[in-house]
Amino acid sequence: MSEPYLYTMTEIRRRLAGGEVRVEDVVRSCLARMDALEPSIRAFLTRADEEALSQAREMDHVGPTPDSLATKPLWGVPLALKDVLTTRGMRTTCGSRMLADFTPCFDAEAVTRLREAGAVILGKVNMDEFAMGSSTENSAFHPTANPWKLDAVPGGSSGGSAAAVAARMGFAALGTDTGGSIRQPAAFCGVVGLKPSYGRVSRYGLVAYASSLDQIGPMTLTVEDAALLLRVIAGHDPKDSTCANLPVPDYPALLAERPDLSGLRIGMPKEFWGEDGLEPDVAERCKQAMTLAEELGATCVPVALPHTPYAVAAYYIVASAEASSNLARFDGVRYGYRDKETRDLIDMYRNSRSKGFGEEVQRRIMLGTYVLSSGYYDAYYKKAAQVRRLIQRDFLEAFEQCDVICGPVTPTTAFGLGEKAADPLQMYLSDIFTISLNLAGLPGLSLPVGLGERSGLPVGLQILGPAFREDLLLQVGHVLEQRLPRLPLPAGIARKAP
Amino acid sequence: MSISVDEVAKVAGLAKLNLKPKKVEQFAAQFNNILGYMQKLNELDTSGVEPLYSPVTHETMFREDEVRMEYSREELLGNAPETDGSYFIVPRIIG
Repeated sequence: MSEPYLYTMTEIRRRLAGGEVRVEDVVRSCLARMDALEPSIRAFLTRADEEALSQAREMDHVGPTPDSLATKPLWGVPLALKDVLTTRGMRTTCGSRMLADFTPCFDAEAVTRLREAGAVILGKVNMDEFAMGSSTENSAFHPTANPWKLDAVPGGSSGGSAAAVAARMGFAALGTDTGGSIRQPAAFCGVVGLKPSYGRVSRYGLVAYASSLDQIGPMTLTVEDAALLLRVIAGHDPKDSTCANLPVPDYPALLAERPDLSGLRIGMPKEFWGEDGLEPDVAERCKQAMTLAEELGATCVPVALPHTPYAVAAYYIVASAEASSNLARFDGVRYGYRDKETRDLIDMYRNSRSKGFGEEVQRRIMLGTYVLSSGYYDAYYKKAAQVRRLIQRDFLEAFEQCDVICGPVTPTTAFGLGEKAADPLQMYLSDIFTISLNLAGLPGLSLPVGLGERSGLPVGLQILGPAFREDLLLQVGHVLEQRLPRLPLPAGIARKAP
Repeated sequence: MSISVDEVAKVAGLAKLNLKPKKVEQFAAQFNNILGYMQKLNELDTSGVEPLYSPVTHETMFREDEVRMEYSREELLGNAPETDGSYFIVPRIIG
């Protein structure tokens, strides 16, 4: 067979389970990619080469069992994890100096499920500090480059996850999405990203940024891979009271049930398709995908999401408020950075937090503290929560007229490193199409629909659905994906690859 | 609504952050920009709209309150910046 890294996750697991390739060879193939590409991509914060190889050798020693695929659906598959998920015995930094030396004594529930499914963890990947950002430039350690164009951002905050998958350094990765942090980097790097419904995946062991918005989800090369990964990580967990006690559909099996899009009504919100600010590259590719959907039997219907223009403002109030509360736990006492030059306890809190947190984190903590402070609570936080209700109602009403909603993931393709770093508000506005979904708690899939004609960079189409209808999003994405040309290997790393 | 440099300094105190005067000024300017953008929300009449604080619709599940040994003291102290082997150590609180 050709180099293992060239296969999708679904293909490589089948070959591993059939004994056609050894786990160690698959792991070594990923590690060789990392050796060759990491100097220019810098997706990883912690590499676990030795652990991965020793796990691989143990697995090869026993070999795949006849029912490997059934009982261990990810047997021997190397994956990467966003560094906001706790991993027992493996450093977890959240991209922050605050947690530069933090080694958790427990696995996040999603990680536990990956391990039980037989996955091999390659390491922890880069992110904007505490998942706050849209470019992975806010990491305390280093920025990550976009594999398609090394001086462009990979998106954020799951930029390391997206870049690692796009560069084929792992077969999939987990990311987290608070305001678009799975979908936007997936779009910028040309991979599939699925933000599940709020409550679909346990958040136990996900270091909280904005608890009512955060969700863990798969970032993969194909929709089929996303279906498989979601099947593994989804489902009730008593350790997270917000996690829904609902059965988990067999997502990969359900993909075959929809051969085309006949009978499907696709909502086209004018708020997502306006010409203002939508780059021609993005508009063209997304419109082509809609034409394809119609050819495959779908009917496009106009729907309205009238409160979309208010989503960014409501989001930053809600997210900052929750962040200021969640990040109060970092006080330098039980874990995390502690400043040594302190006179008393309060001084220690202040110095540790000021030196441990980066600027964007401090900005959002401050903003959150302000909007929650006496006299401003009603004007900002309560108001934002009311607007959040209106945004949710928009979606509920729209889904009475359509089955799924489609639109671009982002107004532009990947922007340049440093281009928006100086203007926080401009950076916030790059999430305009992704944010409202998190406020409403709904699922969304980012599907690569081709390369922009001018930029040569990937464009993502967003498919949104009613709560807990990930199965429908995956089916629609899968049908479209079969008819779209598959993206080539990323141009930015073409000459550096082994 | 605009936010003054003094207010930013006060919020920094509440958030347990030490900000240098230059940073306070920078944040004040940015907050005026960001909060100015957030005034957009006032275009909407939200009287009578029930706030949505969480998308969770299910009821909270309860379990028996059983004592379980999940982590050792050693594990829990393992990431502390300063311990004596039994407790977290912090700077003196009472002078």
